[in-house]
Amino acid sequence: MDWQALALTLKLATVTTAILLAAGVPLAALLVLGRARWLAAVEALAALPLVLPPTVLGFFLLVLLGPRTAFGREIASLLGHPLAFSFSGLVVGSVIYSLPFAVQPLVAGFAAVDPALVDAGRLLGAGPARLTTSLLLPLGKRSLVAAAILTFLHTVGEFGVVLMLGGDIPGATRTLSIVLYNQVENFDYAAANRTAAILLGLSAVALAAIYLGGRHRGGSRA
Amino acid sequence: MLEMALHVRRGAFHLDIDCRFASEWTVIFGPSGAGKSTLLRLLAGLELPGPSRGHTVCVVLDGEPLTDSASRVWRKPGHRQTSLVAQQPALFPHLSVEANIAYGLRQEGRDVRLARVAEMLDLVDAADLRDRRPRDLSGGEAQRIALARALAPRPRLLLLDEPFSALDGAASDALLFRLQNWARDKQTQVVMATHDASDALATAAEVALLNRGHLAALGPAVEVLAAERARLLDRLNPA
Repeated sequence: MDWQALALTLKLATVTTAILLAAGVPLAALLVLGRARWLAAVEALAALPLVLPPTVLGFFLLVLLGPRTAFGREIASLLGHPLAFSFSGLVVGSVIYSLPFAVQPLVAGFAAVDPALVDAGRLLGAGPARLTTSLLLPLGKRSLVAAAILTFLHTVGEFGVVLMLGGDIPGATRTLSIVLYNQVENFDYAAANRTAAILLGLSAVALAAIYLGGRHRGGSRA
Repeated sequence: MLEMALHVRRGAFHLDIDCRFASEWTVIFGPSGAGKSTLLRLLAGLELPGPSRGHTVCVVLDGEPLTDSASRVWRKPGHRQTSLVAQQPALFPHLSVEANIAYGLRQEGRDVRLARVAEMLDLVDAADLRDRRPRDLSGGEAQRIALARALAPRPRLLLLDEPFSALDGAASDALLFRLQNWARDKQTQVVMATHDASDALATAAEVALLNRGHLAALGPAVEVLAAERARLLDRLNPA
């Protein structure tokens, strides 16, 4: 068992989930509360990673963050190292790749809050920030849990972006998915079985938590 | 004084109203679908028609423009000192009655907030409901609390959309009486939409008769609602 890869995978998923919840809540609130037409473009952009092949996304990021572009060179001079083939680069890729898995459950949960309550809050002087913290989050908290779990799991299981952007550097970019790929390539099916079982177990437990949580609260779905 | 020029299209429905409400208490009377709720939402700033052709929304309160689509003026709902109580109370389900009423008093200090909540609970005769959650309230109780929540920030303009539909006649009359005194005392202008002629006759100094989005009449209740009054009297004295 590659414990180092397991630890790195969990670290990557935790950091990505924290960043995406911090960014996803205001973004989802903006999409639900806002009326501007350009928000449709933002929503489409936030959903793009759902349909974009991970390898394509990984390739774009590899080029963007690498020394071929001014942006990549600027980042490298700021950080002292290029983002590509580093843990930080993986975080950037994971945040973009898992963005829809955070934003979409949040948007669904926030949009399910009775608009009459939001109107009442507006009439009583609440701006977007207060509407979000005092109404959308407490009333749509199940969507926050769903967003956190889906983002975490999606990051744990990502492969294409990691391979393209991070390569296979032990302790820096080698995640469980890469380990599994290597084990299969080496015909080490016993080890691959164990790695796959861990990934499967994580997914099953987390999804069970989402659905059991929903039933326990009376079945209101995010 | 509330002045408005509203010309809004929603599919097949057209709202065309140019008028001013000078009375302290104006009742908008009309059947369901006449446009009463749309009118109140436009006054409250909750509806913001796009800049498409044919839409004009102008709302002026005491000489101060709240909405003017021509010059792109639109004060946000919470910044026009206007409260709206709808038929559905829309109480925040995760907050206590006290927290619901205090929601619009964030700018006030704690003492003022507590005093205002107590005052509002007394006004709507619901002091014993202070710690309850909305799910534990009856329909009538929830409407009382929604009214208290809307009054707490002391609005200059109070919009009521069939706000007492879940209250029985005696309770509704008593609450209406107290509310009228409160509004007079605080110099709050009230616009109440109803399709109930008895409500309109009980309260109105001025009645706006709304029919299919158009203002059919505006004047004293006894004149505008003469036919409704006669109909009610006929029902009470069938012989």
